Amino acid sequence: MSTNTEGPPVTRDHEPTQVADDGMEVIARTQGQMVLRRFLRHRAAMLGLGTLLFIVVLAYTSIGYGPFGGWWDKSFLRTGTVLDGGRPTLFTEGFALGEHPFGQDNVGKDYFALVMRGTQQSLVVAFIIGIVTTLLGTLIGAAAGFFRGRTEAVLMRITDAMISVPTLIFAAIVAAVFGRTGIVFLGIALGVVTWTGLARLVRGEFMALREKEFVEAARAIGTSNWRIITKHILPNTVGVIIVTATLAIAAGILLETALSFLGLGIQPPDVSLGSLITEYQTAMVSRPWLFWWPGIFIVAIALSVNFIGDGLRDAFDPRQNRVRD
Amino acid sequence: MSMSDPAHPEDATTTPPLDAVDGRTSDELLRVEDLTVSFPTDDGLVQAVRGVSYSVREREVLGIVGESGSGKSVSSMALMGLLPKSARVTGSVYFRGRDVLQLREKHQRALRGSRIAMIFQDPMTALNPVYSIGDQLAEAVLSHHTMPRKKALDRAAEMLDMVGIPQARERLRNYPHEFSGGMRQRVMIAMAVINNPDIIIADEPTTALDVTVQAQILETLIEVKDAVNAAIIMITHDLGVIAGIADRTLVMYAGKPVEVAETGPMFANPRMPYTAGLMGSIPSLEDSTNERLRPIKGTPPSLISLPIGCAFEPRCPLSTAECLETEPPLTETDKPDHVAACHHWQKLAAVDDPTAYFRTESEVGR
Amino acid sequence: MTQTSPAPVSAHDEHVGEHLLEVRDLVMHFPIRGSGFLRRVVGQVQAVSGVSLDLDAGETLGVVGESGCGKSTTGRAILQLHTPTAGSVRWEGKELTELPKQEMQAVRRDLQIVFQDPYASLNPKMPVNDIIAEPLKVHGRYKDGGPARVKELLQLVGLNPEHGNRYPHEFSGGQRQRIGIARALALQPKALILDEPVSALDVSVQAGIINLLEDLQDEFGLAYVFIAHDLSVVRHISDRVAVMYLGKVVETGERDEIYRRPSHPYTQALLSAAPSANPEIEAKRERIILEGDVPSPADPPSGCRFRTRCWKAEEICATEEPELVDRGQGHPVACHFAEELLEVINPDDVTP
Repeated sequence: MSTNTEGPPVTRDHEPTQVADDGMEVIARTQGQMVLRRFLRHRAAMLGLGTLLFIVVLAYTSIGYGPFGGWWDKSFLRTGTVLDGGRPTLFTEGFALGEHPFGQDNVGKDYFALVMRGTQQSLVVAFIIGIVTTLLGTLIGAAAGFFRGRTEAVLMRITDAMISVPTLIFAAIVAAVFGRTGIVFLGIALGVVTWTGLARLVRGEFMALREKEFVEAARAIGTSNWRIITKHILPNTVGVIIVTATLAIAAGILLETALSFLGLGIQPPDVSLGSLITEYQTAMVSRPWLFWWPGIFIVAIALSVNFIGDGLRDAFDPRQNRVRD
Repeated sequence: MSMSDPAHPEDATTTPPLDAVDGRTSDELLRVEDLTVSFPTDDGLVQAVRGVSYSVREREVLGIVGESGSGKSVSSMALMGLLPKSARVTGSVYFRGRDVLQLREKHQRALRGSRIAMIFQDPMTALNPVYSIGDQLAEAVLSHHTMPRKKALDRAAEMLDMVGIPQARERLRNYPHEFSGGMRQRVMIAMAVINNPDIIIADEPTTALDVTVQAQILETLIEVKDAVNAAIIMITHDLGVIAGIADRTLVMYAGKPVEVAETGPMFANPRMPYTAGLMGSIPSLEDSTNERLRPIKGTPPSLISLPIGCAFEPRCPLSTAECLETEPPLTETDKPDHVAACHHWQKLAAVDDPTAYFRTESEVGR
Repeated sequence: MTQTSPAPVSAHDEHVGEHLLEVRDLVMHFPIRGSGFLRRVVGQVQAVSGVSLDLDAGETLGVVGESGCGKSTTGRAILQLHTPTAGSVRWEGKELTELPKQEMQAVRRDLQIVFQDPYASLNPKMPVNDIIAEPLKVHGRYKDGGPARVKELLQLVGLNPEHGNRYPHEFSGGQRQRIGIARALALQPKALILDEPVSALDVSVQAGIINLLEDLQDEFGLAYVFIAHDLSVVRHISDRVAVMYLGKVVETGERDEIYRRPSHPYTQALLSAAPSANPEIEAKRERIILEGDVPSPADPPSGCRFRTRCWKAEEICATEEPELVDRGQGHPVACHFAEELLEVINPDDVTP
């Protein structure tokens, strides 16, 4: 290397490989991978996910669903002789399920089968509520946040009006009308009254994102509104939507329970966790297990879904490990 | 409007011999020794500061310049004990001979805000929006002195007046949002000097401000500093700000000081290729020669996986095998008070224009 | 640098259709709405109040000013990202403010923008290849040779095409700004609006981007509107300069005219306040320190907008707005008391 004034070495202007390779050694993970990594590290979320999976698998494999049979031979509809006052046989003889692990009701129905059926129905309703809420909330929030002006004013006044009526009253009216038409319609109907929270969040996200320079860049290129919404803004709101949808599912389970408790949800002879509690609330003192089993399942499902939601939120929004400078 | 003297304070006092590495001179105010800061993260340990040593003399302005990620802010936040709990700090910070980092929390707090004050880039984060300026300034006095509140408020008004806020007494009742950006930064300066500190750490105090306001604030800062006889550590990425007010300058790169010298000589004769590269990167305000700029290629190294040798080696036009193997320490160059961390500082000394090493192919072709 | 000598500057050029881009009396007001139920308009933020600019093919027009002077809004209004309140924007003789959508699409191919913030200007959920391909797709040019074109563009701006499938967060600030430039170049434009393209970057990186912009200009004959607050950078890159204050152009002219013989008090103050990275010059400089802050654009002063901070202000300044005309300084200045001041930047640089 020369040291005279005449010929110091020369840096090349464009060194593509060189330039781009620097600063690249650290992270070469996609955002999705980072979110997943943080989610998998979230203890509560993992516990919730495990519990939920266990409950789902248990509910659907035990008594089967639709045409598929399960490993549990008793039906939730068949009555029978009440053995031992209907007391649960679970773990009474070591680690065995026994004849009626969760006991029997007063007409001898197997309570394990009933709780499993109730869990299935509650989960179905909750997921339908989650899906409907997500679709409606996203659509309405996106439209309001992106177009602003009159569209926004109309949509948000509707949202405000719906929020001002307690969800339970709204849901009770809807359920009274649609409750008898089956759980799918019940789920859809309930979804229609619970989208407001998500719509507000999505609107907020859209309002913030539409002012971002990358959206302006898209507009400068001449990108259509539809393409800006679907390709540029929506992918950036996925985190918020997923988290809120998860929490909406948890709320949906409780909403269905509350309605069934009021006698407005799932109609007999079918059962949900909520309707089981209602039906056997009078047995609270004499045969408490009829109250406890569905209760435990409701709490377990709602908690685990909430934990998953928290985990997702922390994974999508890692405000903690920022380093200054 | 006022035509004023240049912002540069002419130090009439004789400048004592400078040695930045081991500055045990009589008027040494603050000495930082081998300060390191690291943060554990998901991806590994971020070594934000990797052994910073320097000293600040009474009443001097020390400029610390560096690009983002150089550790210039983190090192000063470490002095102030403002880092998050996850940060691991080692080393010593001697303030008038006492190691600040070894002091108990209570004594550290007593030192901060009274003897050592700080001015931040964004005054809005440092001022509490729900209290009036007067309350906050008075609070700053009262947390270090016992005096009637009335007197504290008098002091607050006096300070606001000193930093050039008109109708100081009336404005005590205003809230931070009622001030403009420049005025808020003046309030911050007032708060910093209200307890007559010995040293003011100013972390990018004018970066968020416009050029004309920046000039006002820098001038105010220098006036106020002279009024209270404080030293300033001026942390900035702006070489223009440094050139205007710093007596001495410390250049940081990848968590370490790479060159320390008096500002004038350093700008004229950099002895570390990184400093030379910075000089070559800035277009001149004074002439329109249309010369090509001479950028430093590449980007700073990751603070998680640093090279074994010199951290600047991958970007350096002077690099040799030696640079890959050993990290150069800060050593004296051709002048005793000019230290640089480079194996090849002689090569820079041998040429008239050290930035020429960063010439690009296209410039030569022209 | 190419030795183009741009046409003589005059803010109110009578000839129409001579320049690539002509902005005339551009006004951009944003309504301030009350917080009540009806959200009535209670005022106007006068971001841009009658700005006229010209841009010729292949030249660089620097637009300088402090925050709130309306320089960025002007850039966006030129591209019709904001619909101007009044005034005209002509591109190759076509009036953009009234152009049908279809024809505007065609103009967008010729006139593109690069944004300030390399972090906000790239969609974080899109790989870089897709970001650069987006203009090609929107304009139906991706099908034949799209991927090859994307590779070419990445190479052009000094990035490794193999990294095209990575996401923006994996790149440094300077690299992201290069991606933004590649996107703007995808449709082979004739002019770029550069909105503070280097102010978010570290100096060493900044220089690389400036060099790249100069190279691209030489190679493709691009015209630039270079919006910035850094006076050194503007001096380096511009052929002509317009100085803005509170929504108006206060002085405009050839680069050296503005920097060597600033004639508007604001330009003089701005230049004298700009820090120079030369300690010797800094030590000798006499700064003009302006008092106070920029007034709110929602309630600008009457007459000359600079009068509240001006040391030359007299009665006439409050009543009569000074026009942007040549008052004998060789270039247009909007000041009743325009007067050259030679030694603003470099005390030794006083040339007769």
